[in-house]
Amino acid sequence: MNFSRRETFGLGLGAVALTMLPVGASAATVDELIAEFTGGADMADTGVTLTAPEIAENGNTVPISVEAPGASAIMVLATGNPTPPVGTFNFGPLAGSRSASTRIRLATTQDVVAIAKLEDGTFARTSAEIKVTIGGCGG
Amino acid sequence: MAEGVTPRVKVPKKAEAGEVITIKTLISHPMESGQRKDGDGNVIPRSIINRFTAEFNGESVIDVKMEPAMSTNPYFEFDATVPEAGDFKFTWYDDDGSVYEEVKSITVG
Amino acid sequence: MKFKAMTAVAALLVAAPMLGMADEEAELVVNGEIEMVTKTDAPAHLEGALPEIMSGWRFRSDETQQTQMDDFDNPGMIFVDQAQAVWDTAEGSEGKSCASCHNDVEAMEGVRAVYPKWNEEAGEVRTLAMQINDCRETQMGAEPWKYDGSDMTAMEALISVQSRGMPVNVAIDGPAQSVWEQGKEMYYTRYGQLELSCANCHEDNYGNMIRADHLSQGQINGFPVYRLKNTKLNSSHARFKGCIRDTRAETFSPGSPEFVALELYVASRGNGLSVEAPSVRN
Repeated sequence: MNFSRRETFGLGLGAVALTMLPVGASAATVDELIAEFTGGADMADTGVTLTAPEIAENGNTVPISVEAPGASAIMVLATGNPTPPVGTFNFGPLAGSRSASTRIRLATTQDVVAIAKLEDGTFARTSAEIKVTIGGCGG
Repeated sequence: MAEGVTPRVKVPKKAEAGEVITIKTLISHPMESGQRKDGDGNVIPRSIINRFTAEFNGESVIDVKMEPAMSTNPYFEFDATVPEAGDFKFTWYDDDGSVYEEVKSITVG
Repeated sequence: MKFKAMTAVAALLVAAPMLGMADEEAELVVNGEIEMVTKTDAPAHLEGALPEIMSGWRFRSDETQQTQMDDFDNPGMIFVDQAQAVWDTAEGSEGKSCASCHNDVEAMEGVRAVYPKWNEEAGEVRTLAMQINDCRETQMGAEPWKYDGSDMTAMEALISVQSRGMPVNVAIDGPAQSVWEQGKEMYYTRYGQLELSCANCHEDNYGNMIRADHLSQGQINGFPVYRLKNTKLNSSHARFKGCIRDTRAETFSPGSPEFVALELYVASRGNGLSVEAPSVRN
């Protein structure tokens, strides 16, 4: 079997296109969830950190960490998932830091959003794009 | 109760009073998302752990609301302040009403 | 790059820099104490085929690599815990547990490293799974487990943990040699509509990308492995089956004589790497 360079490239593109299909299908729901969490308050661009791989080795198990000094709660949303809520971390009096790590499912390449509710009543927001690839034999 | 649910928790055995320690927890659970279909095309009903809490001597460390986007065999890492000797209690709440608990003692000094 | 002719493999391969992952120089230390050999000189029988052998751990992203570095990050350890309970539980008509004969599971130290191995009494090469089922049937009077089912992979993982860090050292000579030769023959045989042998991917193209996947050498020193994809422990035979299926071939069954031979041969290609199970892969 022989493949020209062009044909080989085309096969590669097909794989890339597949990963980008269902983007933004549930944007409205994301806005609603944020409004519910913040009560419509403004959100600062700094004050919360979301650590995640740029490219997930498998969308089924993606490690993420969130941190927001002074936060009472941090909500995480996967904007490209069929249902965007991922979880909300509520920190108690004995929390040693306002940070947590977990592993999440991402249906496709998308922005993951973290919103922190701070103890002074303000909110902070950040997001990170995580690329989810279709594996080869491993995926 | 989901079958064979096993918690696995890492807490140091001792700490200094007031020290901040790191805790890791894993629990075996399929976290069925409610998004999948079986071979006949029927939706497999959602069945997840929907809440995880960690307390020390009855006071809250962290309380997590969990959604179907949490991976199978849920994992958490977080920090706790240890004011005195006592017990950490970890609790996972299943959609089906089951509650899984694990207790780890820590000494101070 | 070790590209040969433009074969079917080339069609699947995308240039490597697409994903900036995998630190092939990282070192694996588990729990801060078990130092794993993840790269070493190839065993003598691979002369001319591979200059050095590398664990699949080296081909994974930083995040996946880290998951294997602490037993409380590694979800595979959940199943090791479960198997520990099974080890001590009596089952079958004889009322015996694994512990009834073997006492503490720590007695299994070194076992994983030398399997598959020749069983003189039975006159056959046995994998660890075959041996476990033989114990269940002959000693315990219990039903055998499904060859690549979750009970079996968990017990294999528990037994493997007792040998973590020890070098894989399967015997390929003596009475096992003919089975080993059969496995080698399979390794270099092209299967399926894509006409791919194990070697086409894992010897000729390791380090390259196959779609979004970073091809490893296909070593099995980390099996059973916890895969992020299906979030459970997977046996080497289940992986072999997946690989052969991916070549668009009729595959062999887990536990079949063909896969036993292939396991012995592939295990021998990793002689010198550390037993890692349960490892974590994508």
